[in-house]
Amino acid sequence: MDLLIAAMLTIITAATPLLYAALGELVAEKSGVLNLGVEGMILLGAVCGFAAVTFTGNAAAGIAAGALGGAALSSVFALLALGLQASQVATGLALTIFGTGLSALLGQDLVGAAYDGLPKLAVPLLSEIPLAGALLFHHDILVYGSLALPAAVAWFLTRTRAGLVLRAVGDSHEVAHAMGYPVIRIRCLATLFGGACAGLAGAYLSLAYSPLWIENMSAGRGWIALALVVFATWRPWRALAGAYLFGGITIAQLHAQALGVAIPSQIMSMLPYLATIAVLVLISRDKSKIKRNAPACIGRAFHPSS
Amino acid sequence: MVYLSPLLALGISLVAGTVMFGAMGVPPGGALYAFFVEPLTSAYGWAELGVKAAPLLLIAVALAVGFRAGVWNIGAEGQLTLGAICGGGIALWLYRVDAAWVLPLMLAGGVLGGMAWAAIPAFLKTRFNTSEILTSLMLTYVAALLLSLLVHGPWRDPDGFNFPESRLFSDAATLPVILPGTRLHLGLPFALALAAAVWVMLSRSLVGFQIKVIGQAPAAGRYAGFSERATVWFCFALAGGAAGLAGIVEVSGPIGQLLPGISPGYGFTAIIVAFLGRLHPLGVALAACLLALSYLGGEAAQITLNLPLAVTGVFQGMLLFFLLACDVLILYRMRIRLRNRHPGKAAA
Repeated sequence: MDLLIAAMLTIITAATPLLYAALGELVAEKSGVLNLGVEGMILLGAVCGFAAVTFTGNAAAGIAAGALGGAALSSVFALLALGLQASQVATGLALTIFGTGLSALLGQDLVGAAYDGLPKLAVPLLSEIPLAGALLFHHDILVYGSLALPAAVAWFLTRTRAGLVLRAVGDSHEVAHAMGYPVIRIRCLATLFGGACAGLAGAYLSLAYSPLWIENMSAGRGWIALALVVFATWRPWRALAGAYLFGGITIAQLHAQALGVAIPSQIMSMLPYLATIAVLVLISRDKSKIKRNAPACIGRAFHPSS
Repeated sequence: MVYLSPLLALGISLVAGTVMFGAMGVPPGGALYAFFVEPLTSAYGWAELGVKAAPLLLIAVALAVGFRAGVWNIGAEGQLTLGAICGGGIALWLYRVDAAWVLPLMLAGGVLGGMAWAAIPAFLKTRFNTSEILTSLMLTYVAALLLSLLVHGPWRDPDGFNFPESRLFSDAATLPVILPGTRLHLGLPFALALAAAVWVMLSRSLVGFQIKVIGQAPAAGRYAGFSERATVWFCFALAGGAAGLAGIVEVSGPIGQLLPGISPGYGFTAIIVAFLGRLHPLGVALAACLLALSYLGGEAAQITLNLPLAVTGVFQGMLLFFLLACDVLILYRMRIRLRNRHPGKAAA
């Protein structure tokens, strides 16, 4: 039973960064912005968060620095792709290349530094419950945040006026513009939110999951998060399910090795990537499903022609 | 302006690089000299430029064709790896054969390996409508793990003290050097030939015309009866083959064996090269030289100034950013308006 709980806990740790990054990208895509720079923003968030913790020793500062780092890089995307109408795909790729390089440069002195990991916050009373207590109520703040985030995003997108406007901008920017909504400004805010979430994903990796800094530590999670948004058909609760599914697949490889399954580690490490492809195929084969759910203006530049 | 903007982007990148070096406490003049001039002060340095430019040009010129058609293959790094695996596998298999046909067979194996890997996203795109961006990238990670598996396991050098490396390729499986005393190999002529062929294809052939039409106006392409499906397949096959060739050229030339890490991100840098070269073969060739120089400069600056190798990546990323930003000058004419003509409404 202890082994099962340990496995479940590791699934949560593997799913949390994916969940942050996927939900941030989901909101950006709902506003019509396709930011392929998630991987770069995660890495910058990871290095900023780890640097802040190393210099201040304060976990909150680390989390804030991670979010700020991701948001700062996404502001470059907003400037180029939204302000100057550059191709969103090309700008996103540039963001990943730049973020990978910049994070390695900033983090060169942090390699080898140690951190204990984010403090675990036990919920009083509830964490005493056998089984469920250890499983659900004994985590760090970012895990709790990641579980609240789908609810917040779902509520925002479907139950608030601002969320409705954001979706309108993503589905038809001309109409939203004609109705007097500031299309570019709304998309910039959505992009910054996506960047901050990716930064939090990075901060979770470097402050809680590992917790240390190494170059390229995100190992493709940014791209998996992009795939998760498609898997979720742009719905926050499905993103939660998807993140936990992928967390499970990531962790399966570790436990398979621990159990002595005689499969080379490289084959097991391929699983999350192959699963991503499989899932994308399953979702994308139904063209009408994608068409029904995808924001109609995704990736398209907007220029007020009037 | 179309051709001026890459130069402008390069200029701004150099200024930004100066600021970056200054911020890192390195004298900017010396750093820029070490980065961009010093590697080219010797004949050997020029040859090394060719060694680095060859894979970049091979991949970028093929990627440029796809980007023109709106086919976003960003997994060239994985296709390069598969080319190295397939071609390198032939070299290891024919280890004891000393014949002139070994090398051509390896090169063919590399091309086919890269094509086969590129065929996966092409198939998923045309059959299941799956985003080629995500699938081609995911396959890059799978390819790297596959190479790691092979050199850690069945292909490890039996006399190699358990290092994760294959044995050194035999002489018959080594790409000839075309400039004695340097490492400049046959890869560069291959790359130049491909660039010339792509140039002719894009400007003179029906296939090239179809690619341009489908990229710029998909609806017009469909109306004219051009097949988008065939275009996706063609672009992936071309890029996969070229990347595979780059892979086998790298392992049979400068490296000479299979290692876990065979490419310093050529497949990703080639994306920058393609854009910087305006998706035109001639421009791509010039851009390949520039980005090759950034690799050389990064290595030189690491040795002489003790700068981290990551500086190269930062510089490459900045270059692409500034290029995209400068493109706004092509699309729009800047006009300074002193007074707001729409009072009460913010100027766009």
